[in-house]
Amino acid sequence: MSETFILEARALRKYFPTGASKMLQRPTDLVRAVDDVSFGLRRGSTLAIVGESGCGKTTLGRLLARLIEPTAGSVVLDGVDLTAASARELLELRRDIQLVFQDPYACLNPRHSIGQSIGTPIRIQKTLDKAAEKARVRELMELVGLNPEHYNRFPHEFSGGQRQRAGIARALALQPKVIIADEPVSALDVSIQSQILNLMEDLQTSLGLSYVFVAHDLSVVRHIADEVAVMYLGKIVEIGDPESVYGRTAHPYTKALLSAVPVADPRRAAGRQRIVLTGDVPSPVNPPSGCRFRTRCPKAAERCAAEEPVLSARSGDQPSGHRVACHFPE
Amino acid sequence: MTLLSVQDLHVTFGTADGAVRAVQGVSFDVEPGETVAIVGESGSGKSVTANSLLRLNFGADVRIDGRILLEGRDILAMDETQIRSVRGREVAMIFQDPLTALNPFYTVGHQIAEAFAIHHPGTPKRELRKIALESLNKVGIPEPSKRIDQYPHEFSGGMRQRIVIAIALVNSPKLLIADEPTTALDVTVQAQILELIAQMQAEHGSAVILITHDLGVVAEITERVMVMYAGRVVESASVADTFLTPTHPYTRGLLKSVKSLDAGRHERLESIPGIPPSLINLPSGCPFHPRCAYAESLGGRCETETPALHLVGSSRSACHLPDERLLGLLGGGV
Amino acid sequence: MIFFVLRRSIFGILLLLIISAFTFWIFSALPSDPAALTCGKNCRPEVIEANRERLGYDKPLIEQYGSYMKGIFTGRTYGEEGAAVHCPAPSLGYSYDRHECVTSLIASTLPVTASIALGAFVLWMAIGVGLGTLAALKRGKWQDRVATAFSVIGVSLPTFFLGLIFIMVFVIWTGILPFPRYVGLTDNPFEWFMALILPWLVLAIISAATYVRMTRNGILEVMNEEFVRLGLAKGLPRRRLIVRYVLRAALVPIVTIAGLDFAFLLGGALVTESIFNMPGLGKLTLAAVVNSDLPILVATTMVAAVFIVVANTVVDILYGYLDPRVRVK
Repeated sequence: MSETFILEARALRKYFPTGASKMLQRPTDLVRAVDDVSFGLRRGSTLAIVGESGCGKTTLGRLLARLIEPTAGSVVLDGVDLTAASARELLELRRDIQLVFQDPYACLNPRHSIGQSIGTPIRIQKTLDKAAEKARVRELMELVGLNPEHYNRFPHEFSGGQRQRAGIARALALQPKVIIADEPVSALDVSIQSQILNLMEDLQTSLGLSYVFVAHDLSVVRHIADEVAVMYLGKIVEIGDPESVYGRTAHPYTKALLSAVPVADPRRAAGRQRIVLTGDVPSPVNPPSGCRFRTRCPKAAERCAAEEPVLSARSGDQPSGHRVACHFPE
Repeated sequence: MTLLSVQDLHVTFGTADGAVRAVQGVSFDVEPGETVAIVGESGSGKSVTANSLLRLNFGADVRIDGRILLEGRDILAMDETQIRSVRGREVAMIFQDPLTALNPFYTVGHQIAEAFAIHHPGTPKRELRKIALESLNKVGIPEPSKRIDQYPHEFSGGMRQRIVIAIALVNSPKLLIADEPTTALDVTVQAQILELIAQMQAEHGSAVILITHDLGVVAEITERVMVMYAGRVVESASVADTFLTPTHPYTRGLLKSVKSLDAGRHERLESIPGIPPSLINLPSGCPFHPRCAYAESLGGRCETETPALHLVGSSRSACHLPDERLLGLLGGGV
Repeated sequence: MIFFVLRRSIFGILLLLIISAFTFWIFSALPSDPAALTCGKNCRPEVIEANRERLGYDKPLIEQYGSYMKGIFTGRTYGEEGAAVHCPAPSLGYSYDRHECVTSLIASTLPVTASIALGAFVLWMAIGVGLGTLAALKRGKWQDRVATAFSVIGVSLPTFFLGLIFIMVFVIWTGILPFPRYVGLTDNPFEWFMALILPWLVLAIISAATYVRMTRNGILEVMNEEFVRLGLAKGLPRRRLIVRYVLRAALVPIVTIAGLDFAFLLGGALVTESIFNMPGLGKLTLAAVVNSDLPILVATTMVAAVFIVVANTVVDILYGYLDPRVRVK
C-alpha cells in the first residue's frame, strides 16, 4: 500500500496549549487542532482537504510539510519518515515537498525582485550557481506564464494573479514531488482563479506533481480533486473520490456544507432546499464527546454522544474507497 | 417614486501615481423594496460606488461628480447635517469584515443603542436597552440579555455580522447597502447570514443593494444585477436574464469562470485571459477590449469608441456587438 | 483581575529586590572608596581604616546589602555612641558628606521634583495630544506642517539649551518672570507657580514633541479602520466620531506610554533642575555624583527604580481597563 502513496499521514495529531491559569498563567486547555488524521496521497494525483474555519485544515497542511511538529503521529514522504528526520536530512527532504500559500500579497518579500524571490529556494539549498539559478528562474517564469523579462521587477508591480504564479514558480524551483497548496486561489478574483487552477492542472500533468489542496471552496475543489477529505473540528469526517462525496454524500455535515454553497443558477436557486445548520462551530478546546458534529447534526441520537464514529466504508462500498465517520450515514 | 437614482456618477481619487478613475459615469435606479446586486471583481468600482452613496469616501483626495437622488433629494448636494440624518436612518450600510467593523471599545449593546439614539435623541436609557435587546433577538443572537454587555471580540465572525446587521436595521432604513457581507465568512455561516438579510428585508420592507463578486450569492437572493468592470456598468438586467442570456462578453466570461459543484473531474475551466486594467491608465474606448475575444471581429471600433449602455432585448448592455450576437453569447462560441 | 494585580505586584517586588541588589553591587564596584569619603581631604590612612571597620565597609558585600535592606524596614544607626546618628525607618542610608539621613534628604527634595514633573506632564499632554490631534485632522494643511515642525524642533533641542534661552528671554531681557528659585507650594502658591513656569515649559516642549508625532500617527492609523467608517455610516456627528471612536482607540497606547514617561521624570530631571536652581531629586543626584556621595546615589537610583516599576504595573492594569480586548478574564 505505501508504495503507491507519495505522501502519507499516519495518525497525525497536533494539540496547541492555550488558556492561562490565574496565578502562574500556565496553559489550561488544549486546542485539538488536528486529532488523529490519516490518509494517503497517490502519486500524480490531487487530494483536496476541505472544511470551514477552525477545522484544522491549515494546521494539517503545515504538519505535512513539517513546518510545525506534530504532537503525535508521522508523515511519510515517498517512503521516508519526514517527522523523524534529523535537521540535515530534513533540509534535503524539503526539496521534495513545497508549499504555495494563500495570500499572494504577503508571500513575496516586497524588497526582493520577483526573480530573487523565485530563486530563493535554489540559493538556500545551494543546488545551482548564480548563472544557472537565473536561467532556471527564467525557465520557471515562462512555465507559469510570467514574462521572464520581468525578472527584476518588484512584487508591487504585479497583479494578485501574477504574484500567485510567482509563488507557484518558487515552489517548483527545486523540482518537488509534492506541493501543499493552502487556499492558493481564495484571495483571487473569480476569473483569475480559473487561470491559476488551469495552470496548476497543466503543471501537474507535465511535471508529474502530486498536490494536497487545502480549501474551503467546495466548487473549486470539485474541479481539481481526485480525492476529497472533509474535515470538521480536527477530524476527517468523510473521504472519497469527488463523484462519491458530492454525488452520494454520506456525512450529514458534508451534506449541509454542499447545500450551503450558493449556486450560480437562478432557476435552481429558487427551489433549493437548504440545510441550514444551527449555531456556531463548537470550540476545538472542548469538542463534544463522541461524534463532534452531534451538537449541530439533524440526525443526532444517543449513540452519537457515547461513541465516536470511526472512518469506515458504508456497506456496499469498497473498503478503501469512499469512507465516512458517522453512525447513521446517508 | 424611485427610491434611489444614481445619475452619471464619477469618482476620481488623486494619488501620487496619478488620478485613479474609480467610477466613470455610472447610472442606475433602485425601486423601493427591490434587491439589486452590483457584481464585479477587484478594481471594478463596485465598493467605491457603494461608499459614494453615503459619501463615506473621506480622508483621501476624492472628487465626486454626478447626482445621487434619494427620493428626489441629491445626496451629493446635501450639507453635513442633512447627510448625517440620512446615514444610519434612511440608508444603512454593512461591511465586509465583521472582525473589524465593530468598535472594540464599546459593548455591542451600546453600539446598537447608539445607532438608534443618534437619530432619536432624548430616548431614555431603559428604552434604548430594550431596543438593543430586541435587535439582538431578532437577528438570532442566543442569550441576548447576557451578551448585550459583551464586547465584539467575545463573539464569532458570524455573530458579529449579525450584530452589524442589527445595527444597520435598528432604524428600519429604506435602503440597505451590503458590501460583500458574506465574503469573510464560512459557507455555512454565509447561508445563515443571507437568509437573515432576506428575512430582515421582508420585515422592514427595505431595498437592498448587494455588492459582491460571488455569482452564486447573486443568483440566490437578488432580483436585478448590474455588472461593473473598470469603473463602468457593462450590463444591467434581471437575474434570470443575466444568467441565462448574458449580453456582454465580460458577463459571459464571468459566468463561464464560475466553478460548479457538478463539474466533471479535471474539467477544463474557462477563464478570461489577461488581468483587469489599471485605473490610472485605462485602455481607450471600451475598457474590456484588451481581454475581449470578440473585439477583433469589430475592427478597431472597440479601441476608439466607448460603448454606451443601451437596450438589448430586456437587458442593458455596453457593447458594440450587434444585438443578435449579444443575445446569443452563451450559446455559441466566439 | 485580582490575580492579575497580585501577579504583577509580586513580580514588581521581585524586580525591585533584583534592582536594589544590582545597584548596590554596582556602586560597590566603583573605584571610589566609601571609607575614604568619610573623613574629608586630609585623611590619615589609619582613620580611613578605622572608619571602614566602624561603618561596616569591610564586611562582605552580602552582609552590607543585608544591613542596608534591613535598614529600610527598621531604621539604622550609623556611627558609634558619641557620634551615632539614628535614621528612622525607612532608612536609605546616611550621607557623610552632608551629615544627613538620606531618607530625609529625599523627602525634602521629592516634592520639588514632583511639582516639576506633574506640571510638565499636564502641559506636555495638553500640547502634545492637542497639537497631534489637530495635525491629524488637518492633514497636509498648514496646521499639520506647523505641528510637525514643532515636533521636529522640540525633539532636537537639548534641555539645557532651551532652558538657558528661556532664562535669557523671560528673565534677563524682559523680566516677565522671576529669577529661578524654588518656592514651596504651601509658602506662597503664586510664587510657586511663577517659579515653575519655565521648567514646566522647557520639559513640556521637549516631551510634547514626541507626543505630537505619536498622536498624529496613531489617529491617522485609527481613522483608516473599518469601525470608524461604520461609525460614520451610522450618522455620527463628526465630533463624536473623533472623540468616541478615533481618540478612544488612538489614545490608549499613548496614555500608557505617558504614564511611563511621567514615572521617569519623577526620578529627577537632572539638567532642568540644575539650570533652574530647583532643589529636587535630580539636583541632589547630580551633586552626589560630583561629590562621589555613594549612599545618596544608591538611594536615588533605587527610588527612581521604584517609580518605574510601580508605573509599569499601574500602566499594565490601566491598559487592561482601557482596552477590553486585553482585559484579563
